[in-house]
Amino acid sequence: MDFYLTALLQGLCFTGIAFGIYISMKIFNIPDITTDGSYTLGGVVTGAMLTQNQPGYIILPAVLLAGALAGALTGIIHTKLKINALLAGILVMTALYSVNLTILGRSNLPLLNQPTLFSVVNLITDINQNSLLVLIGFVLIVTTLIGYLLKTDFGIAMRATGSSEPMIRALGVNTDRMKITGLAIANALTALSGYLIVQLQGFADISMGIGIVILGLGSVIIAETIINWLRITSVWLSLVLVMAGAVIFQFVLAFTLNIGVDANLLKLVTAVFVLIIVGLPRLTGRQA
Amino acid sequence: MIALNNIHKTFNTGKPNEVIAINKLNLQITQGEFVVIVGSNGSGKTTLLNLVAGNILPDAGSITIGGNDVTRFPEYKRSKWIARIFQNPLLGTAADLSIIDNFRLAALRTQSKGLIIGKNEQFKALLRDRIATLNMGLEDKIEQPIGTLSGGQRQALTLLMSVMDTCKILLLDEPTAALDPRSAENVLRIADGLIKEYQLTAILVTHNLKDAGNYGSRIIQMGEGIILKDVAGAEKQNLKQNELYDWFG
Repeated sequence: MDFYLTALLQGLCFTGIAFGIYISMKIFNIPDITTDGSYTLGGVVTGAMLTQNQPGYIILPAVLLAGALAGALTGIIHTKLKINALLAGILVMTALYSVNLTILGRSNLPLLNQPTLFSVVNLITDINQNSLLVLIGFVLIVTTLIGYLLKTDFGIAMRATGSSEPMIRALGVNTDRMKITGLAIANALTALSGYLIVQLQGFADISMGIGIVILGLGSVIIAETIINWLRITSVWLSLVLVMAGAVIFQFVLAFTLNIGVDANLLKLVTAVFVLIIVGLPRLTGRQA
Repeated sequence: MIALNNIHKTFNTGKPNEVIAINKLNLQITQGEFVVIVGSNGSGKTTLLNLVAGNILPDAGSITIGGNDVTRFPEYKRSKWIARIFQNPLLGTAADLSIIDNFRLAALRTQSKGLIIGKNEQFKALLRDRIATLNMGLEDKIEQPIGTLSGGQRQALTLLMSVMDTCKILLLDEPTAALDPRSAENVLRIADGLIKEYQLTAILVTHNLKDAGNYGSRIIQMGEGIILKDVAGAEKQNLKQNELYDWFG
């Protein structure tokens, strides 16, 4: 049971990445893989600041800012230098590896005796259940904020930028600035996942972000499959499904390990699982 | 209202496929004029429209709108005056967004899109009234993604969107090229009605000489980047269909 509780906790932590990918991929139609770097960035900033005993109300904004800067950089390279978004993301991600290593000072930083978000906010005695409550609260606040943002006039303009760029330019929106802002928001959310996971697992690691983008993609694709299937148009419901996607993803991985699949094969299982979700609707669609 | 002074535009400068799209062109369009531009492919009419809209910037010359020098203004800054209808009905609206979302953005064309929720009941009521004037039965479908509508319906809605916020200039780039004859006629009738109702200055680029004869207060024929013919007033109204065809003879 604890096994699945941990999966749930991790899934909730990864909601940030899932929202980030949802914004960059679904709303802006930009394949952004700065994710690997900005997730680790969020993690190492959290780790480094915690060991320096910085207060929590400074760490969180710092993490968001760091992620936003990384995303904005990708956005600027993509829009101003007209470089393919994928390449722009790879460039920033690569550069971030060195930045992250510099911030962290070494490749792994344990946070054994540091007070974290989950130990400071103490609602009930059971550690895991307390973490669950804190995470649920945290994720609900983030979901509410993003949901509200997407409902505002600014949010509609964001969604239109990914849908029809000529139209939204003719309606007086600077699409370059909009994309830079969008990628900044997406990567701030990704960094938020790093912030949460480092505090949950109690260490920051330089390689924690390798291949993490697949988690976001998988979550969004799970959500999208359900959205298309049930023909959902509500923004709120879509976000909740993306969050659910992140949790489902972790459950599948936990289940895989639970039935005794070699942990070394986990990335292979992940890739196959995403392939199945992507491919299944198309395969069945062809037969129909 | 719109003045183009000595505008020059060359594409692929210095390469073997260099094209002079607009050649030292001068054009004045006064407030309330409805200018129809005709010309064969490659005559520069769409380039001219893009220069006015601002998604192409000229190599030389200046452009003023309502007395303001906008020569170096990008498209999004000119949207203060200009609303635009594209040839492809899919470009003028955001397919994934609902009708109301599209209209909300159009209602903010000249304003900033802020962090408030503007889609309130008042806006919905206003929108239903406006859309009802199209007589297409779309007023009950405002929450539907606009991508589910036909090209003709989308183009008609795009026209209505252009007058949701203060609009001085309406640019129509072959707005009916992708539509069936009946939808095309309907869209142009709506456009003509809106231009008269809101006293818009309009530029219509078209290949359809019948439309060019029926609509507009002034007609311009372009060829190789210059103005070949410029007919306005009573002379335009009396222009016969076959005379127009002779222009292309």
